[in-house]
Formats: sequence, structure tokens, C-alpha cells
Amino acid sequence: MSKPVYVIEKLNAWFGERHVLKDITLMIDLHQVTAIIGPSGCGKSTFIRCLNRLHEVVPGARVAGAILLDDADIYGPTVDPVTIRRRVGMVFQKPNPFPTMSVYDNVAAGLRLNGVRRRGILDERVERALKQAALWDEVKDVLHKSGASLSGGQQQRLCIARALAVEPEVLLLDEPCSALDPIATARIEELLLDLKKSYTIVIVTHNMQQAARVSDSTGFFLLGELIEFGETREIFTNPKDRKTEDYITGRFG
Amino acid sequence: MTSALLLRRRLTNIVMLSLTGVCTALVLGVLFFILGYITYHGIAALNWDFFTKLPKPVGETGGGMANAIVGTIKLLALASLIGVPIGFFGGVYLSEYGRKNAIGFSIRYAADILNGIPSIVMGIFAYTIVVLPMGHFSSLAGGVALGIMMIPIAVRSSEEFLKLVPASLREAALALGLAEWKVVSFVVIPTAFRGIVTGIMLDLARVAGETAPLLFTAFSNRFWSRGWLEPTASLPVMIYTYAIAPYEDWHRQAWAAGMVLLMLVLGANLLSRLILHRQLRG
Amino acid sequence: MARSNTNIFSLAIFRRPGISPADRFFRASVLTVALSVFAITAIVAYELVRNSRLPIEKFGWSFLWGTTWDPVAEQFGALPFLYGTLVSSALALLIAVPVGLGVAIFLSELAPRWVSDPVAFLVELLAAIPSVIYGLVGIFVFVPWIRNVLEPALSGTLGFLPLFQGAPYGVGMLTAGIVLAMMVVPFIVSVSREILMAVPLSQREAILSLGATQWEMVRIAVLPYARSGIMGSIFLALARALGETMAVTMVIGNRPEIRLSLFEPGYTMAAVIANEFTEATSDLYVQALIEIGLVLFAVTILVNALARLLIHSVFTKVEVRE
Repeated sequence: MSKPVYVIEKLNAWFGERHVLKDITLMIDLHQVTAIIGPSGCGKSTFIRCLNRLHEVVPGARVAGAILLDDADIYGPTVDPVTIRRRVGMVFQKPNPFPTMSVYDNVAAGLRLNGVRRRGILDERVERALKQAALWDEVKDVLHKSGASLSGGQQQRLCIARALAVEPEVLLLDEPCSALDPIATARIEELLLDLKKSYTIVIVTHNMQQAARVSDSTGFFLLGELIEFGETREIFTNPKDRKTEDYITGRFG
Repeated sequence: MTSALLLRRRLTNIVMLSLTGVCTALVLGVLFFILGYITYHGIAALNWDFFTKLPKPVGETGGGMANAIVGTIKLLALASLIGVPIGFFGGVYLSEYGRKNAIGFSIRYAADILNGIPSIVMGIFAYTIVVLPMGHFSSLAGGVALGIMMIPIAVRSSEEFLKLVPASLREAALALGLAEWKVVSFVVIPTAFRGIVTGIMLDLARVAGETAPLLFTAFSNRFWSRGWLEPTASLPVMIYTYAIAPYEDWHRQAWAAGMVLLMLVLGANLLSRLILHRQLRG
Repeated sequence: MARSNTNIFSLAIFRRPGISPADRFFRASVLTVALSVFAITAIVAYELVRNSRLPIEKFGWSFLWGTTWDPVAEQFGALPFLYGTLVSSALALLIAVPVGLGVAIFLSELAPRWVSDPVAFLVELLAAIPSVIYGLVGIFVFVPWIRNVLEPALSGTLGFLPLFQGAPYGVGMLTAGIVLAMMVVPFIVSVSREILMAVPLSQREAILSLGATQWEMVRIAVLPYARSGIMGSIFLALARALGETMAVTMVIGNRPEIRLSLFEPGYTMAAVIANEFTEATSDLYVQALIEIGLVLFAVTILVNALARLLIHSVFTKVEVRE
């Protein structure tokens, strides 16, 4: 068994009065892909946004409970969310490259934040990140064109490269393929299987086939509660909870 | 990431964000300073004579600005006579018939240009079309200058408030078999009426403080201005001439006039804000 | 009402069957009134050109770069006024842009909605205060303060620069710039605030998720995304500053000379019209002043058009991306 990267205990989250996550407890293992599935509105996006403290950016949002990242509570009173986000990269539902920056500058943005200024190091890290995101061959000749000029699938891989460039420990993906066509989706899934060798990955998806294809463990969320969590194979072949079974067999959701 | 770098970034964050707060405090400070200063000096200088008496000749103290107050009211009345109908019906056209066509676009563009013309240039315009043919300064010329200045804002604000009337209301009325002009006149316009009046009130408040377009149109007058064809005093021009004059007593009166004008303008702004706020709620 | 909203581009529509005579009359009337807006704007331009024929014929383009303004000798060159207008407006922007952006950032990024809205309203009140009131406070408060405090301080610290040399009069280019800055700052704040608030959350989250601080978020993601709209707000403010008359007239000193020092009195296009129009005795003199108005008119239209283009481009960009 590998060692857990995240230990989440009794996590609760609110938007104003709305209680969107209720007593979530689970562990996320090193160098594994963990998928979070569930119908829309079940709190799965909120859940991963708690993992890098992005949930609190929305006015009125609140969190209780503990999330330990490498044994330290990321919601501890002295913890700066900036340092957490530096260690935990995130890719969003819709590709969101910075439209005023070139492809190169998009990838270098996080590095520059962290004080990397030397051209040689930047070049090398940008190239490595783009290669990891399987985008290098397609963009190596247009590095100085705007990030917004790429196709949707390329933009999403650019966002993955941007997140990888700062060499995070964990990569969070919030329905990364929902805005993409099947071919672009397949490329990203392939990429995830490759990336898990060096990163711990948490992916939110509403696509159960995708969860089955890419993940090692799966958690099923419903109405803000974690119904079931376990090995992906187990969840999909032999779910313990009736509600999980109903969902994966398509009886609701 | 070295902790020194992180420390510097945190520090920059705090410093820069605090600076934005300082900027806000500074701008609000300027506002409150101006309001406070004018009120302070204005109250000290204001008395009953100010509203009821004519200005005294140089050298004598006392007197008031009754003629300028009446002059400003007359100028605003004239301005409304020109600005309100054109602005209102222009707004009706833009909202009801000109939302997406080329005429609508060019009228909107013309209104924006008109709005951008410096007020002193509007003064020149009124001078060339009224003062030059008539051969002398007059209330009429000042009213024309202010009236034309009212048009662009009146057009655009009327248009905006008419556009807020939901399309479903128009369709429902048309479906009842009402003629188009009746739908517009008796359903759409009354629904938007409060907003339109508010917009025009703000517009009036804006031109009430204009000085530059009056300098060589309405000019000034030490006495009562009879009718519409004589030059007239007005509060903004009085403030200007009294402020740059070397007499202590005139300065005092300038403060009083400044306060009256400021209360007028800010009162209209606050009132319209209140009306709109209530309208949007209920 | 989709039918009537879309197209009455050609007047042929008035003859379309199915529209009653009353409706046709109503439409024709409001159209006529609306077209008068267009006509008035055109007539303003026409009148300005028509009434500046004399100096245009006599001086041609040299009117714009002549430096002598001598009504007695009937020699009219407008360069000192152009210079004064440009320098005082530039100075105003130099102060108002950073301050205004600071306020806009504070209101859109830091302040909660219930603070942001009323404060934005208060800032807009600054724009509602009549110009002559700024002039009044300018003469009696800002001029003495600048003469006794600011100018001595500036010449003490930055006096090696030619910009801050000479006797501190109080009235002059510097004072005009400061007063103008107060008057145009609300334009920058209100437009920029709305543009900053329209920057999508996804852009903010993208940079935050890379470990940016809030200020870094503003600097790297928000401001660049909004840059053309911010430029638009700056041009809008510039157009206001260029045409501002009363407050400037009252504090700039009104001397038609081109001087490098900001302490020296200057003169602007709007101010010279305001001051000399009623004293102008000859036709050429009056028309020279009207020609200055024409130049001012042309410049402000240009700057305004540019501002609208830039602001419009941001909002369409935002709409497309959402």
C-alpha cells in the first residue's frame, strides 16, 4: 500500500446558508488517480476546491473539519493558502489560459511567481511541462502566439502544462474534459495515466466511463455526502451501497 | 521557494492592497473636504438677503443674488423646453424603433458625440446661432446652450429606462389589439415614467452647474432680467465673477451661492438614487 | 414588438400595408425628433467651421503652431493654448490614473458589495460637483496650499529638475493639473470598476491555483485582461480634462506662454475662450477664439471615439468568452 497524501476528516463546507459538503472523510493515495463522481450539484467540485483552498475565494464560503496534506492541516490557523496552492495544481472545467499572454508566458506564469527569472531555466521548465502535457510538438513553433489562439483541447493541455510547470505534488482536475470533443478527451485521459507516475491526481468527472478508465480509486458523492469510496474496480463491479449501484447503472443522475 | 521570497511577496501583497485602500480614502477625503468646506463657509455667509435682494454695487456690502436664482430657474426652464422633448422622443425612437438599425446606431453615435463636446464649445455654438443674429446676449441664448447640452443624456437615459420595460408587456398589449402608438404611449411610457423623470432630473442638475456655456450667451446682469431677451445673471456665473473679484464681501457671497448650487446638484443626485433604488426593489 | 424593433431602415416601411395611419404618423414624428439629434450635432460642427473662416483663411495651419497671441496686432497663434491644454491634462492623468485604478481595484477586489456600491456612488458624486465649485475651492484652498506647502516642498526635493523651478505662485500648471485630476478621477473609477468586475472568475482562479497572492492575481490576471477597457476609461477622462473650462480658468494663471516649469502660469484652449470671448473686439479676434473651439471640438471627439471603441471591445470580448 502506498502512503496517503491527503487525509480528509469530517470535512464540511457551506455557501452562505447552504450546506454543500457533509462530514466527508477519505484518504487520497500517492501517485494514484482518485476519481470523484456523482450527479451535478452533489458537491464534488466543492470538494476538490477545498483541497487547494480555492473554495474560500467565493464570498460567503465556509469550511470546517480537517484536511491533512502530508500530515499538516492545510486549514491550520498559520497556513497561507498561497503556499498550499503552490503545492497543489488545478485544472478547471473550461480551459482558462490567460488570453493576453503567449503560450510560453502562460506556462511560465507560475514559475515567474516563484521567482524563476533566468531565461535558460525558464526555457527548460516550460519545455518540460509542455512535453509532460503532450503539447510540445504541436506548439513548439507557436510559443509566442497567444494562448487563446489554440484549439479547445490544446488550451486545456496548455492549462495542464501551466499547472505542471511549478512541479506541484498534487494535480486537481475539475471535469477537465466536459468542454472537449471525444478525441481531445482521449488525449487527456492518456496523459493522466502517464502523469500519475510522478503526480498524485484527483479528478472530478460526471462521466463514469472516464472514471473507470483512468482512476485507481473512486468516491461517489450524492447531495453533499460521500456515499461510497474504494477501489475503482470494486465500485464499478461490486458496489456496496444501493445508491451507488443505481447511479453507475444509470438509473438516476 | 525560499521563505525570503515568500515574505517579500506577502509584503508586496499587503502594501499594494493597502495602497488601493489609501487611494479610496484619498478620493473620499477630497469629496468630503469639498462638501464640508463649502458647507462651512456657505452656512456662515447665507442669510435671508441672499435669496431676496439684488446684488449691491462694488464698495457696498450686503445684498443678495435673488436675480441670479431666478435667472438660473429661468435658464433651466428654457433648457428643459428644448432638451426634454427632444431627449424624450429621441429615447422613444431608439428604444421602440431603433434598437438595431442603422438610424438608431447613428443617432446613438451622434448623442455620444454631442455629450462629449466641451461645454465651452456649446457656448460658442449658442453664441453663433442666437447671440450673433440677435445682436445681444439673452436668457434665450443661455437656455439654448443648456438645452442642447441636456439632449444627449436625456436621450440615452430615456432609452435605457424604456428598454427596461419587458417585451412581454408590449406583446400582451399588442395582442389585445391596441394600436402600436397607443401601446407605446399608454403602456410602455407610463411604465418607464418614473425612471425617465429621474434621468431628466439628473440631467437638469448637471446643466444647472454649468458656467462656461453661459459666459457669452446669458452673460450676466446686475438687475432683474425682464422677459427672455435680456441678459440674465445666474448662480454659476455669479460664483465665478464673485470668486475672482478682489472684494471680501463678494467672496462671502460666492460661498453662499456655491453652497446653494451644490445642495441643488447633490440633492437631485441623492433623490434620484433613492427613487431608482425603490423602483428596482418594488 | 420584434417586428418594429428590427428594421425601419428605409422610409419605405411607412408605406407598408397593415400599419395604420396613426401608427405611421407616430413613428414618423419620433423619428423626426430623433433625427434632430443627429442634425444638431452636424450643425454644431458646421457653425464652428463657418464662424472661423477668417482666421483659417488668414493663418492656415500656422494657427496651430504660432506662438504669438497678440490681439492688438491681430496676430493669433494657438500653440501656447494647445500646450497648456495638453500639459495640464497629462498632469491630471498622471495623478488620476494610478489613484483611480487604485480605487477601482479596491472597490472591485477587496470591498464587499455593500461597501463597494455606496462608495462608488460617492466617488461619482465628485463628477456631479459643478466645475465652478472646484474653481472656487481651488482659488481659496488649493492655490494657497500649493503655494505655501507643496511647491516649496517640491522645489526643495526635486528642484534640480527644470519642472519644479521658479517662484511658487500657487496659480499655474501644477495646480490646474491637480484640480483636473480630482475632477476626472470619477470617470476612471466608475468605468474601470465595472470592467474589473467583468473579468471572469475563471481567470482569477487560474492564477490563484498557481499560488498567486491577491495582488499578484490583480497584476497578472485581472489588469491585463481588462487593459483595453482601462485604456478606454483613461481616454474618457482625458476627453473631460481637455474640455474642462471653469476650474482650470480659475487656477491656471491664464498667461499665454510656453514654460517648462509646472510652477509657471499657463493657459488652455477652453480657458482662453472663456476669458477673452466677451472682450474680443474685432471679428478676426472672435473668430480666432471660435477656431480654438473648433480645434478643441475635433480633439475631444477623436479622444471620445477612441475611448468608446476601447471600452466596447472589452465588453464584447467578455461576452464572447463567457
